[in-house]
Amino acid sequence: MNEIPGDLKFMKSHEWARVEDNGTVTIGISDHAQGLLGDLVYVELPSVGDDVTAGNACAVVESVKAASDVYAPVSGKVVSVNSALADKPETINEDAFGEGWIFVVKPSNLAEDTEELLDPDAYAELIESEEH
Amino acid sequence: MTQQTVLNATHRALAAKMVDFGGWDMPLTYGSQIEEHHAVRRDAGMFDVSHMTVVDLHGARTRDFLRHLLANSVDKLKVSGKALYSCMLNEAGGVIDDLIVYFLAEDFFRVVVNAATHDKDLAWIEKQAAAFGVKVIERADLAMIAVQGPNARAKVQSVLTPATREKAIKIGKFVACEGDGLFIARTGYTGEDGYEIIVPETQAVDLWNTLIAAGVKPAGLGARDTLRLEAGMNLYGQDMDEGVTPWEAGLAWTVALDEGRDFIGRAALEKQKAAGVRRTMVGLVMDEKGVLRHGQRVVTAHGDGEILSGTFAPTLGKAIAFARVPAGTAERAGVDIRGKLVPVRVVKYPFVRDGKPIDGI
Repeated sequence: MNEIPGDLKFMKSHEWARVEDNGTVTIGISDHAQGLLGDLVYVELPSVGDDVTAGNACAVVESVKAASDVYAPVSGKVVSVNSALADKPETINEDAFGEGWIFVVKPSNLAEDTEELLDPDAYAELIESEEH
Repeated sequence: MTQQTVLNATHRALAAKMVDFGGWDMPLTYGSQIEEHHAVRRDAGMFDVSHMTVVDLHGARTRDFLRHLLANSVDKLKVSGKALYSCMLNEAGGVIDDLIVYFLAEDFFRVVVNAATHDKDLAWIEKQAAAFGVKVIERADLAMIAVQGPNARAKVQSVLTPATREKAIKIGKFVACEGDGLFIARTGYTGEDGYEIIVPETQAVDLWNTLIAAGVKPAGLGARDTLRLEAGMNLYGQDMDEGVTPWEAGLAWTVALDEGRDFIGRAALEKQKAAGVRRTMVGLVMDEKGVLRHGQRVVTAHGDGEILSGTFAPTLGKAIAFARVPAGTAERAGVDIRGKLVPVRVVKYPFVRDGKPIDGI
């Protein structure tokens, strides 16, 4: 199990969000989530310019085993997507918290949206409790 | 209550991710199921299949009994050790299970059936066997390890004693031999060459560890599923069940309508064949990105069908599936994936054989 980086916030559905210095928010799925899904073979990305709403599905990750929606941790406009995942979806298996990021949002309601998210300790507790 | 094979602790020591499969606690993967898949296609991998049920049939009329029980004809089995794949049908022609039967002697045949169907299979076999005076003995004392891949046979042979090695080298496909306490069959469920080895539980952990030392990579049920689907092999419960006849499950090749043999389900099969079979099983290949899955709707010119088994095929780098569709479906169809109709090609399977994609896939 990878260490959970301290600068991330999490949804209960295992997405992570990181507020960057320029105010955008980078979004991915957790190392725990990629472990549950197994080998990823396909990622359906949102489009740059899409408006996403916190709590709504906006991407799909598919492993050999299952397809899983990725929910937006915060509302805003998609400003960038990780198109390298189209050819190398396994990047998420290898580095979920780094190179395996999925998309970046320019948030519209950041302060309120992030209040709903879990800090790394609370998220670690959540996955601990799921495993038992 | 979940059952465990004798190799359970061994899997856990290898850090396998375990899942419930037909009431058994089995390894899904030891890390990456795609790497395990490639290990079998390119070198040698092994699976614990001890959850499968080995049943020995004894009695002077065993061959007669199997003529009655099975849709395929055991009269094809003339040499001791020879194996046959067959369905076991109910009176309506529905598939109770698929199995492999080995001819060992006129009064001794061995059958291997699925794990999830254990109870109903044994009940059915015992019920039918009574009239033939055949004794049905479940061999719960035996474990089973399938070693598969282009280098699988050589690696297994390297761990056998010289006398047994000589026998194992000689056997042709779908033939078994015995030695070193092992029952070694040149069969499998991956589309690769290899052996399925039936081994006393007391020897199973040693054999597993010896094979690892010989360079065989443990592989889980995840890889087993993608390998068998690429190889065009049915999975009971997903691709066929008691509501489906062999005609509708791509298993016509396993039905022997040999003259004068009155097997269970024959009348129903002949009636359906005469009336015309309305559903058929086909292969699908999707060239677009995404994954085909069990339960997705298939849209054809003749009406809707359904995906039975679907997966990402690691050898092909694209999604493949088995689907049951209306008879007469042509080369093109669509699959409803999350509300989008994605085009697929309708193909004949297998998709992969001996490590390579079939032409046109």
